[in-house]
Amino acid sequence: MSDTTQNGSVLAADGTPLKRSLARALRRQKIRALLLIAPLLLFVMLTFIMPIGDMLFRSVENDIVSKTLPRTVVALRDWDANSGEAPGEEVFTALAADLQIAAEAKLHTRVGSRLNYETPGISSLFRKAGRKVKKWDVENDGPFKEQFLEIHKGWGDPDVWRTIQTYSPKFTNGYFLNAADLQKGADGPEWRPEDEQIYWLLFKRTMFMSMVITISCIVLAYPVAWILANLPARSANLLMILVLLPFWTSLLVRTSAWKVMLQQQGVINETLVWLGLVADDARLVMINNQFGTIVAMTHILLPFMILPMYSVMQTIQPTYLRAAKSLGATNWTAFWRVYFPQSIPGIGAGSILVFILSIGYYITPELVGGTKGVFISNRIAFHISSSLNWGLAAALGAILLAVVLVLYWAYDKIVGIDNVKLG
Amino acid sequence: MADASNHDAFVEFERVQKSYDGENLVVKDLNLSMPKGEFLTMLGPSGSGKTTCLMMLAGFETATHGDIRLGGTSINNIPPHKRGIGMVFQNYALFPHMTIAENLSFPLEVRKLGKSEREEKVMRALDMVEMGAFGGRRPAQLSGGQQQRIALARALVFEPELVLMDEPLGALDKQLREKMQFEITHLAHRLGITVVYVTHDQTEALTMSDRVAVFEDGRIQQLAPPDKLYEEPQNSFVAQFIGENNTLEGVVKEINDGVALVQLDNGDLIDAKPINVSQPGERTRVSIRPERVEFNKDRMPEGAHTLKAEVMEFIYMGDIFRTRLRVAGKDDFFVKTRNAPDQVRLTPGQEIEIGWLAEDCRALDA
Repeated sequence: MSDTTQNGSVLAADGTPLKRSLARALRRQKIRALLLIAPLLLFVMLTFIMPIGDMLFRSVENDIVSKTLPRTVVALRDWDANSGEAPGEEVFTALAADLQIAAEAKLHTRVGSRLNYETPGISSLFRKAGRKVKKWDVENDGPFKEQFLEIHKGWGDPDVWRTIQTYSPKFTNGYFLNAADLQKGADGPEWRPEDEQIYWLLFKRTMFMSMVITISCIVLAYPVAWILANLPARSANLLMILVLLPFWTSLLVRTSAWKVMLQQQGVINETLVWLGLVADDARLVMINNQFGTIVAMTHILLPFMILPMYSVMQTIQPTYLRAAKSLGATNWTAFWRVYFPQSIPGIGAGSILVFILSIGYYITPELVGGTKGVFISNRIAFHISSSLNWGLAAALGAILLAVVLVLYWAYDKIVGIDNVKLG
Repeated sequence: MADASNHDAFVEFERVQKSYDGENLVVKDLNLSMPKGEFLTMLGPSGSGKTTCLMMLAGFETATHGDIRLGGTSINNIPPHKRGIGMVFQNYALFPHMTIAENLSFPLEVRKLGKSEREEKVMRALDMVEMGAFGGRRPAQLSGGQQQRIALARALVFEPELVLMDEPLGALDKQLREKMQFEITHLAHRLGITVVYVTHDQTEALTMSDRVAVFEDGRIQQLAPPDKLYEEPQNSFVAQFIGENNTLEGVVKEINDGVALVQLDNGDLIDAKPINVSQPGERTRVSIRPERVEFNKDRMPEGAHTLKAEVMEFIYMGDIFRTRLRVAGKDDFFVKTRNAPDQVRLTPGQEIEIGWLAEDCRALDA
């Protein structure tokens, strides 16, 4: 019933272009689908996407200096940080005015602790100055430079002023530099002193340990998944329950159980000592280090490897192996050339799951990792809840997110994401 | 039954038994011997043990008892990959992650053939099944019939002397299946290979095979060429299983000169050829093919016993007519007649007399 106009577009029976009439027919369906997912969409927006967006924004946000010390920021613009001298009187006058207002509102300590992240010691300068400035008459009590220096001679240090000047803009890359063990030097970013470099090491360790955990999961899960996929349905179900059993136990309980197992007075060490394999004074250190974290996390993440592998292996028909053998392949060749290549999508899916889960894992490394086995996520948690440096935490989180996305992209390039089967 | 000690036997089963659970025998006392170059079909309903036999021959199942010999040597303890038997599977089992050429090259690679030799053989095998242009494709890109040809080519590429086929045409539509039946038989005869073919489709078995082994209940019920099997079934299972069949039950009255007089349960008398009956008084089930039933009085043999029949239904099928009759109190008696210009078309309700040649009506076991 369609017709074609001169320009080639197909017309519906009533003469409207077919495309438009199709779009109209589908519109109702689209609206209905949208309404059905709307509650979830709203929920995810409010509780997930917006907080993450807010956190990511905090990693570059820096309006506290320019908001609390507006006059000082303006006055500092002309000061040359490389002059080696503290700025002149007009800056101190502006600072006195700013600080008085800030101290009334009790905001001066916040600026202090913000700048303290960058240059340790600034916090106390602000706290002491704040107390004094409250009593001054800003109009008549000048000049202020001497008075500030009397409160604390740190106010004469050009480094302090450079920090204030550097962090005047509303946005900063300071958190990100910090997260990559860099700092703002006199001429652009520079490495932090060797003994202060921590994040680069933590990122490397997180990557390395996640990789080790993923590989141990593959090695342990592959035979289990194979047995599951090849057993008769009834026994397979029973075994499947055993695989899923850990999911029904609290993560904390499982991790604590590993503590009991692995500690120096724990089950394994006691058994080894009792068997005489290990001397009583040379008990193995298996916890509060990388080994403990790897063992506990491999155990916890194993089901995430087994399940996708199982679902892929289930679809590989046993006749493939038979066919290979009838064509003259030994058991090993049949497995390696015919079965294994077909099971790769399962390995890929499991690896992505386990690797991405472990890269952001927090509880287990926190409990059994000690100092050598902690992940980057533990440092993020520290900055969120203890040091309250949310900007740095956000920057670390953003880097972690970027790394995961890059790995995901690389995986797609190398293996192909359509090769991944979750079930 | 075949003689297991046959000298030119290529494939031999001798007193083979198979049990999976230690309680029931799936294959009970199987004896079979095949000469080289034969096309033998194992035919039977599902669960009759035919596939188990094939799997034992391929080496995927071990015989619980008995001896399986290939070319005179026992292969009971030889693993499947050393038997050198080609096999075509029901679902083709083409490796999905390899191209067609790689699939065909696989058996040659594991036999460590050189690259140029492999390529040459793969090309020849592909040409043999007229799929020469498809070497670079993946199995998923081919139709069912094309995959079937590739599976066949892969089973033949390493030049085995024996090829097993496990319901290879089961997944194809009717027309393609008939076409492939001819291609497989022609190919097998041209290459001179020995084929053991498993199917539950009797038409396939009859059209393709040199000999057919009808399986039921773990035993070979009859092993015979297709025409013998159809025309001279040895027992009522084979008669029922192969082709369409009318059965009537009764008691043997007397046996004279190779003709048995059978009294049906309603008292009527008929003539039959005694097959599984030897003396009067035995219960029997007589079997007669629908196309051998005659109702034209001129063509009936003289003095033959006839039965009264009432026409229940006339079914026009194009090339033939099928007429359902009520005979001896049962209304599932069929007659098949050719659609010829002088053919009578019976009408429902009509009363007729039917008869047949005594040798077409076989008195079998009850």
